[in-house]
Amino acid sequence: MNKQLLIKCLKAFFVGLVLLLLYAPILLLAVYSFDKTNMIGRFEGFSFTHYAALFQNSKVLGMIGNTFLLAFVAATLSTILGTMGALGMFYSKKRMKMLIHGASQIPVINAEIVTALSLAVTFVAIGLGKSYFTLLIGHMVICTPFVVLSVMPKLKQMDNSLYEAALDLGASPFKALMQVVLPQIIPGVISGFMLAVTLSLDDYIVTMYTRPSGFETISTYVYNATTKGNAHTAVTLASLWALTTIIFVVIVLFVLISNLTGRKKEADR
Amino acid sequence: MKAPGFSRKTLCIPYAVFLIFFVVIPMCVILFYAFTDSEMHFSFSNFLRFFSDPTKLSTIVYSIVISLITTVICLVIAYPVALILARSKLKKKFIILMLFVLPMWINFVLRINAIREFFNLLSQADALSWLETANIFKTVVGMVYDFLPFMILPLYTTMLKIDDSLYEASADLGANSFTTFFRITLPLSMPGIMSGVTMVFLPSMTNYVVSDMLGNAKVTIIGKFISDYFGNDWHMGSMIALVLLIVVFVSTWLTGGFHSEENVRGANL
Repeated sequence: MNKQLLIKCLKAFFVGLVLLLLYAPILLLAVYSFDKTNMIGRFEGFSFTHYAALFQNSKVLGMIGNTFLLAFVAATLSTILGTMGALGMFYSKKRMKMLIHGASQIPVINAEIVTALSLAVTFVAIGLGKSYFTLLIGHMVICTPFVVLSVMPKLKQMDNSLYEAALDLGASPFKALMQVVLPQIIPGVISGFMLAVTLSLDDYIVTMYTRPSGFETISTYVYNATTKGNAHTAVTLASLWALTTIIFVVIVLFVLISNLTGRKKEADR
Repeated sequence: MKAPGFSRKTLCIPYAVFLIFFVVIPMCVILFYAFTDSEMHFSFSNFLRFFSDPTKLSTIVYSIVISLITTVICLVIAYPVALILARSKLKKKFIILMLFVLPMWINFVLRINAIREFFNLLSQADALSWLETANIFKTVVGMVYDFLPFMILPLYTTMLKIDDSLYEASADLGANSFTTFFRITLPLSMPGIMSGVTMVFLPSMTNYVVSDMLGNAKVTIIGKFISDYFGNDWHMGSMIALVLLIVVFVSTWLTGGFHSEENVRGANL
């Protein structure tokens, strides 16, 4: 009996240790984001200096705005395109389905650098250069296949006879699609959208290769600030700690809220 | 009777066109550049230059070794974590799983920046000052930190599917825990291992953001290599990209593709 308890403790210890290591860097930044100075290692005193610096730096605010706007637009367009694509594929003949699915898997499997490079070379070759349009296309290329992947399973689970029934009852195919099919796949559409948002927010490589000059997202900004340190002051770096902390807190809140409301929905059912 | 002008199949036309223009054609453009010289004549010179240059080949081997080390460490940490969680009787175990996934939603570059600062703090201690120049070590730790959830999630999903009665049967038939592990748990979790390994191995070979930010740009992995060539020699860059493309597709085909892509970022949690 004692041995079992020991094993249980060891297991909990191991999981706890891995979690601790996973969170240590983030928590470190969270603590020092409230420090007066921008030196990590000695806590000099509590202050909101870095948060104030973050919100006063118009360049930083601009790139945060860019990142979220791009993610929202790219994810919305990807969701529409991907959902339509998944629907069309689902009702197509097997051969067509295989072809589109195969092409759709390429950006999923491919290394991001290869996708990015192939797009950049193509845009330059056909004279499009680099613009907001190419950046948006780049993000849609990496997001849309994931939307398709999350809508597809829902289509397979769907009860097809409902669509037939709607037609029999006189609905037009379009109306039947919007009012009968769409509600059944909507969970897949929503998770596809969420996935697209996170993919777009996280992306560095494709952004780097397709963005117009001067356009910065969080990823490119932080990358430049840390690898080409001379152009940026320690103050900017310290305000990034504040940014990390804010994003972390927002995510924790988001997860908590979505879990609580999810639990409630389950209870209602 | 179908209304004229609307067929569900036509819904996939926009996506098919999108894929042709921004996925299939760019891949062909890469192929074209890989097999042409600077005057756009067909040639195998890039191919020959690539496979006869020891520095290029050694970079590739070096990159593969780093990815292998990263993948093995991820597997060694993730396997027990996933097994403990999957076999745990805790009602709220998905919350613990959530904790492992949550850091993934913080911007990827910000997360790497957090580890960077963490290493900076550690290297201030005299005993750990060697960290400052331990570029490969820091790169590998950064990659493990970053890609660990990609390993945990598929492992956890496949382990959850293993029927409890198999363990009971194994115990009833007199097998000890070692036998049970090697005859039941390990073989049945193989699909999870496969997709976890692909999802860690490929990005750690190509995602140069980690090696640039933590390795002081002293660690050159294949992704970085391609991006360096893209600056001055598109033809060579395309050739390396093509080699990588083939490696990726062959390894994906060998491991049977990605199984739980929609689980990857916790979209289903």
